[in-house]
Amino acid sequence: MKEDVNIKDPVLSIRNLSVAYDKGNYAVKDVSADIKRNAVTAIMGPSGCGKSTMLRAINRMHELYENIETKGSLILNGKDITHMPTIQLRRMAGMVFQRPNPFPTMSIYDNVIAGYKLNGIRLKKKERDDVVERSLRDVTLWDEVKDTLHKKGTFLSGGQQQRLCIARALAFDPEVILLDEPTSALDPVATSKIEDLLVKLKENYSILMVTHNMSQAARISDFSMFMYLGELVEYGKTKDMFTNPKDRRTEEYLTGKFG
Amino acid sequence: MNLGKLQAKQFSQLLNVHQMNSDKITKGVLLLSSFVILFVAGGMIFSLVEGAIPALKSFGLSFIWSNNWNPTEGKENYGALPFIAGTIITSVAALLISLPLSFSVSLFLGEYYRGTKIAKVLGTMVDLLAGIPSIVYGLWGFYVLRPLLIDLGLPNQGFGIFTASIILAIMIIPYATSLSNEIITMVPNELKEAAYSLGATRSEVIFSVVVPSARSGIIAGYILSFGRALGETMAVTMLIGNANIVPDGFFSTGNTMASVIANQFGEADGLKLSSLIAIGLLLFLLTGIINAIGKFIIKRMG
Amino acid sequence: MNSAAKITAANLSRRTLKDKLFKGLVLFLSLITISPIVLIIYKLVAKGYRQISLEFIIKTPPNTFEAMTALSNGELIPGGIANGITGTLLMVVLASVIAIPVGVITGIYLYENPGKPLANLTRNISDILQGVPSIVLGLIAYMWIVKPITSGFSALAGSVSLSIMMLPMIVRSTEETLKMIPQSIKEAAVALGVPYYKVILRVLIPTGFSGLLTGILLGISRILGETAPLMLTALGSSVINMDITKPTSAVPLLIWEFYNDPNMVDLIWSSSLLLMGMVLTLNLVSKRIAARTK
Repeated sequence: MKEDVNIKDPVLSIRNLSVAYDKGNYAVKDVSADIKRNAVTAIMGPSGCGKSTMLRAINRMHELYENIETKGSLILNGKDITHMPTIQLRRMAGMVFQRPNPFPTMSIYDNVIAGYKLNGIRLKKKERDDVVERSLRDVTLWDEVKDTLHKKGTFLSGGQQQRLCIARALAFDPEVILLDEPTSALDPVATSKIEDLLVKLKENYSILMVTHNMSQAARISDFSMFMYLGELVEYGKTKDMFTNPKDRRTEEYLTGKFG
Repeated sequence: MNLGKLQAKQFSQLLNVHQMNSDKITKGVLLLSSFVILFVAGGMIFSLVEGAIPALKSFGLSFIWSNNWNPTEGKENYGALPFIAGTIITSVAALLISLPLSFSVSLFLGEYYRGTKIAKVLGTMVDLLAGIPSIVYGLWGFYVLRPLLIDLGLPNQGFGIFTASIILAIMIIPYATSLSNEIITMVPNELKEAAYSLGATRSEVIFSVVVPSARSGIIAGYILSFGRALGETMAVTMLIGNANIVPDGFFSTGNTMASVIANQFGEADGLKLSSLIAIGLLLFLLTGIINAIGKFIIKRMG
Repeated sequence: MNSAAKITAANLSRRTLKDKLFKGLVLFLSLITISPIVLIIYKLVAKGYRQISLEFIIKTPPNTFEAMTALSNGELIPGGIANGITGTLLMVVLASVIAIPVGVITGIYLYENPGKPLANLTRNISDILQGVPSIVLGLIAYMWIVKPITSGFSALAGSVSLSIMMLPMIVRSTEETLKMIPQSIKEAAVALGVPYYKVILRVLIPTGFSGLLTGILLGISRILGETAPLMLTALGSSVINMDITKPTSAVPLLIWEFYNDPNMVDLIWSSSLLLMGMVLTLNLVSKRIAARTK
């Protein structure tokens, strides 16, 4: 795969990444790309193109399941994370999923701090309160929930729940945030709130997101990847790709011929 | 109007009437059969109460907390306390012994090896535990487990609460695991992945996400299995030592409500029979309450 | 970067070790849990297989003196458990004849009237019946049949106690099975103007047949090994009895008798082996049917 963008000091380097289900059935084929720091990078493509699979491979979620084979290497902030203990890796890469999934048995407060609790990191009450407030402010949820911090997170609306999940990922100060179609289960109002939020967050964070929605990619991303049948077909500045796609397949996808 | 049409119309009207009647009869039969269950249940309570009246009249409510069981003619006195105590102690002990085992099995089936061949094999074997007749458990306990416990220094020839509880624990495991395994399997992957994505290990995911989400189901499973333990008869009868005393410890001999009925029924009549029926009534109520609590929890989970 | 959020090497190794230990514990305890079934079956086969023969199935047990003679000569105890096998079959068939129609029809009623108060009541009562200890059902059948109707211990009384045990299981499995049938299949039949009973007989029951069968077989496998209620109702008999108003033996009752007779005690293993064989076969067959239809 030739590289179409030249990114200096990338936050994440993906090198020859392949993911296969049941031996030989490749969902991601030999993808290499550098991801820009403090920017939003979108991964697009028709369903089944391997975009979610690739994102999950970065957090090595596939290791939870058998019969999934991953090849290639991943370098996060200069550290090879391919064989690092997943505990450490996942602490550095925050992940947000398609459907909001706050822990239903925990309060809003405990959801935000869940990363610390799960990892057995003890914080003083003051530190904990600070982390919770900062993270909830980051996702513009603080004013909405500051009086109900100790209620269950599942009472929130879908959009609020998803922002809570983003806060949960942010609380840990991740070096990259991976989002897997974070707005696909949300209504337009909640979606636009999350989009605004992501644009704001890139000041401090590096964001890699999968989206099924081209116009969303056009609205908020700085860089875009187009994947098709497991291959990275095209990667470049979003503006360039949308105005002047280099590959015929990208063009067909962007003009709505398939997908 | 032609004749053929008219006949067809009449015919179809006739058919309709016939069908309406047959539907009514069908519905009536369905309704009636559901009354059978209500009638059986009502009749059970009625008969148990009726059979227990002589004993309850003679001893009053003290029947429940008297520990004097004396069939000697003239000095006849019956109290259910030894059996109530024996039942509750053996069942609680059985539940405690079975907890770590059934919890492990449900994690094996519903989490660690979910959907794999090895889980299928293990699941089938656990199901088979439920298929072994109580009397066979009793034989195995008597001829295999008891000698082992005697070697370990258990008093009373290896009979007693402890031995009975171990066998009971094995017997109730399938009842606890079938429900909790099902509920654990139902914990959404998304939740577990959320915890993994924060860096949790598998055991941390189990204790912070899986168990809290499946808590009600796991508890309900244990309650239902406890209800099973309360009413088990043969295996307990063969191992508990059949002493009509309030057990004074974990290794003491004793008797349960079910086992005293099985043991003493053959030679019983009059007041003694009535007392056994009264114990049956108490056992019926006890298991009924425990099961109702279990079902209530399940229902509340939706 | 937030330094408090660092994961130290000590933290990492401690948690990884804990995770492994816990998995090891789960595996170990799971293995412990299934060991009894292996040990029990091994014991029954090892001690019981020599006695299993055609004679064991078609002959009745010896008297205790004959057994003692055989024992002292170092021979196998002669005779078999034909009275138990026939008694078990008689009572299981009779219990099924009582419980299956009532259970299936009640299950259909619950399925047809899901929200009705009477249906809810019936369902709850049926659930509670399922939890009633079998020994209590023995008491009930004693009071209902032994005393007033057969004026003595009888196969009928045994069957009644077993049928009350089976009934709620069949009700439940019928309702659950019917619930899984797509509504459209039923509606298609109703739309054709077919009378209601024919919808039940020609559509619902055939469509859910394997589910119903599974429930019934599981129910039968549950009552096959029951001992306690039969001690209070059928009592036992040393000869083959086919009169439902007379005391009757059953395989589990024979095991209980052998267990209490030092001369006959060797027969417990072969009898248990046979009983377990019947129960487990039914169990596995019904599971197989259930798995195939799912």
